[in-house]
Amino acid sequence: MRYESPATTKEAVALLAKEKGEAHVLAGGTDLLVRMKSGLTEPALVVDIKRIPDMTTIKTTQSGFKIGAAVSGAQLSDHKALCKAWPGVVEATNLIGSDQIQGRATMVGNLCNASPAADSVPAMIAAGAKAVIVGKGKRRTVPVEKVVTGPGTTSLKRGEVIEAITLPKPAKRTGDAYLRFTPRTEMDIAVVGVGISLSIERGVVKKAKVCLGAVAPTAIVVPGAARALVGSKLDDKALDKLAAACSRACNPIDDKRGTAAYRTRVAGVLARRAAKIAYQRAGGAA
Amino acid sequence: MSDAVLVTTKVNGDVVEYACPTDEVLLDSLRDRVGLTGVKEGCGTGDCGACSVTIDGQLVCACLVLGVEADGREIGTVEGMAEEGELHPLQQKFIEHAALQCGICTPGFLVAAKALLDKNPKPSENEIRYALAGNLCRCTGYDKIIRAVQDAAKDMRKSRKR
Repeated sequence: MRYESPATTKEAVALLAKEKGEAHVLAGGTDLLVRMKSGLTEPALVVDIKRIPDMTTIKTTQSGFKIGAAVSGAQLSDHKALCKAWPGVVEATNLIGSDQIQGRATMVGNLCNASPAADSVPAMIAAGAKAVIVGKGKRRTVPVEKVVTGPGTTSLKRGEVIEAITLPKPAKRTGDAYLRFTPRTEMDIAVVGVGISLSIERGVVKKAKVCLGAVAPTAIVVPGAARALVGSKLDDKALDKLAAACSRACNPIDDKRGTAAYRTRVAGVLARRAAKIAYQRAGGAA
Repeated sequence: MSDAVLVTTKVNGDVVEYACPTDEVLLDSLRDRVGLTGVKEGCGTGDCGACSVTIDGQLVCACLVLGVEADGREIGTVEGMAEEGELHPLQQKFIEHAALQCGICTPGFLVAAKALLDKNPKPSENEIRYALAGNLCRCTGYDKIIRAVQDAAKDMRKSRKR
């Protein structure tokens, strides 16, 4: 196995494009090293992106935030402005594993590992996050919901890497939240995850985005759930509609953590709770 | 066969050089090449925290880091906690509270607890439990560990005031 730690995204892309064998990007390594250890993957090349300044920093830009692909969960929670702007995204990422894991694990790793139960992904999608994808001589920016195509698969082409995630500057009176349900209180994988962001004006929801995790092969945006909220002051009727729309959108598996019927029901329950938190964070009276 | 790479790093303040295969994890480099056997292997998959160390001050599992990644970084292990032959207050309180039995998880708990107290000198019991949720102990039932950390934190705050 060849190990490279380039200093720029361009060099990283060139290394990955040139490699004929199996090549992997190493950010936090919390998924990759476990897979290597168990023999699930035997890379010919590992490209460590943690020496690339563009990938290891959080930049505050005029349009919002640019979070490097190698930025750890611990770095996110240390960033006050980001925590204030998008608490749901930071909290979702911080739910992944222990403090030790948070010292390494990244949002982009969580995204590219492409688990249906990835905690940071529904929160990112709800917040309108975009992935900055760099390939040889090309750079494209796509909404995060366009990255994962199924369990373990992404739309990234060979030689492409995600350099960063961008989050917009939240509009005034915007709030976001992410909640997940796990059988244990900590150190577990989501049975259902719900990310919601919404903006209000005089208490009325003007814009909303709802995204579910762990109830389908990928995280799913639920436009009907957002429509249930828009125009409401988050009254019980709107919340009932939200819950129903979320449950309807579920297409989950049965497994040891939860049955399909259970996941479907819990999706609605969690969506109600997440919407209330987001609404409060937007400045709405609870 | 994997390529070997020469790594220059600082471990507990001392410059250390080792050559390691590119696919070797830092846990093995520290144990087998640097000789620091305080770093324990429990699960090897980042679930148990027995191999907790710090890299540039950040708490991590050494089983989920490649040995080559340590190049140019600063590593902290349990061996660096005692100063001039005197145990760190956490180590002392673990003994006093009998916060260990078999001892395999202890170095990881100590490193993780120190990382917590460095950031938060006055953690609540809840904060301690969350901060140590990535460290598994199959002997003590955790309670003595939590008490030891609380007691150590109290002493450390006192000595800082003095």
